[in-house]
Amino acid sequence: MDLKQLYQDIILEHGKSPRNFGKCEGYNHDAKGYNPLCGDKVHVYLKLNSGKKVESLTFEGEGCAISLASASIMTELVKGKSFDETRDIMNAFLNMIKNTSEIRSNHLDEDQKTKLMSLSGVKQFPMRVKCATLSWHTLVSAMKGKKEEINTEVID
Amino acid sequence: MNIENIKSQFPIFSKKINGKPLVYLDSSNSSQKPMCVINKLNDFYKNEFSNIGRSIHSLAVNATNKFEETRESIKNFINANFKEEIVFTKNATEAINLVATTFGQQNIKEGDEIIITELEHHSNYVPWHFLRETRGAIIKFAPINEDGDVIIDELKKLITLKTKIIAVTHLSNVTGTIVPIKEIVEIAHKKNVPVLVDGCQAVPHIKVDVTDLDCDFYAFSAHKVYGPTGVGILYAKKKWLEKLPPYIGGGAMISEVKKDKIIYAKLPEKYEAGTMPTAEVITFNESIKFMESIGIDNLMKHEKEIKNYALEKLNKINSVKIIGNPKNKAGVIAFTIKGIHPHDIATILDEDGVAIRAGHHCCQIFHEKMNLTATARASIGVYNNKDDIDMLCKAIENCRKIFDLK
Ligand SMILES: Cc1ncc(COP(=O)(O)O)c(C=O)c1O
Repeated sequence: MDLKQLYQDIILEHGKSPRNFGKCEGYNHDAKGYNPLCGDKVHVYLKLNSGKKVESLTFEGEGCAISLASASIMTELVKGKSFDETRDIMNAFLNMIKNTSEIRSNHLDEDQKTKLMSLSGVKQFPMRVKCATLSWHTLVSAMKGKKEEINTEVID
Repeated sequence: MNIENIKSQFPIFSKKINGKPLVYLDSSNSSQKPMCVINKLNDFYKNEFSNIGRSIHSLAVNATNKFEETRESIKNFINANFKEEIVFTKNATEAINLVATTFGQQNIKEGDEIIITELEHHSNYVPWHFLRETRGAIIKFAPINEDGDVIIDELKKLITLKTKIIAVTHLSNVTGTIVPIKEIVEIAHKKNVPVLVDGCQAVPHIKVDVTDLDCDFYAFSAHKVYGPTGVGILYAKKKWLEKLPPYIGGGAMISEVKKDKIIYAKLPEKYEAGTMPTAEVITFNESIKFMESIGIDNLMKHEKEIKNYALEKLNKINSVKIIGNPKNKAGVIAFTIKGIHPHDIATILDEDGVAIRAGHHCCQIFHEKMNLTATARASIGVYNNKDDIDMLCKAIENCRKIFDLK
């Protein structure tokens, strides 16, 4: 196991100063996520434009460096994407963490993939995977317009 | 027994964790097991195994006797009056559920009140919540102060004619608060209210005398007392066990079964339905012998010394904040580090072989009260020494370095 790989500079930096933190103006979707095991909380705010693409995306929450960095990076990568594209990116991300060692998605450029790969360190820390995935599940739920809170102990 | 050498009795400490010697500071969660306990379990399965109570062959007789010997040891260890007052369950949680369910069935109706405290583990809240759901009971929370002490005057004020039971922890698994149970029992009994004590954290670390405390129910788990998993202990005054209905039905808890009626077994079998964790109960006797061989006074003195050393050293580290400062504190130390989430602390410490716990430790009510989502917790067992605390502090410094804290 390698701490350096888990706590890469980019993770620590995003964890310390998360981007797009707060409520975005005119949001029309939002959802909450919760990890009862560690108390991590995330609230995602999303503005979908008339073309159903992400116009703005922000989050609020409390959590560890991994969960904050993951949410922060997510808000940067998903801007301008449609629901299907977002879900594709999320699946590529989950797949990278759980199975493969690369991001396979046509909706991210190489720089973006590199950024997302900075979270690959959690693979070696199974107890921390949920920290990295909570915000993504919450985002997809917000896009679907679901009402109930995402709970990491209920999803897989 | 020399406490300084006690680590050598625990084989797990010869193992490396992530290439480092194990510094185990998660005993509040569960304790490690000494060789005598491991050997006993192995030995029983190898040479003596039989179920208890049902057969008359020699192995069964031996197992039954040994099983009852553990009951007798526990009775003496916590100074109960009768062997029948000791009931085996699968853990403390089940012991509390046993009381909540049977007591609730018999004594709780809509609008009746149950008092618990803001310090409680979910195990001493959720079973009572069931009565709120099923019987319309009202749960009142005795408040704690900033230090993590239960405010006894406030608890007193909560008692009304509708109060049916008070359920309270003996020792907090977050702040280490030692709750003045004797005082609470006196207050409660003056109003004819029985008291259940969650003794999970107390039995491994402080002297427990249920006769002196005069509590009605006392629950704890063997696995936190250097014993095997799968064994919980409920002490209950005989008058209660006689009066309350049985909890789980099945074999061994009956004396006579007819098509139109069933007569339940005498105590304590009335509450021990089905095959029990025979080997584990028998093994637990070794844990009690282990505790007795150290002597509870020596153990308390040792753990106090390590706790004080830990508090002193942790308080010197910049940005470390210890949660709660109760009047009487055992070796359970919850803390936060400004700028590092407890989950990150636990992961980084683990890389240095230092095992602590991070989260809400099944005490969400407490954390909410203190405006915290999570804390890191180092908890001390009899095997910990000052070197362990030095390692903890060194690992915390490493955390601070990774997170670039000044
Ligand atoms: C204070 C307290 N009560 C109850 C429990 C529950 O114990 P068990 O899981 O063994 O039933 C614990 C253990 O985590 C505890 O610390």
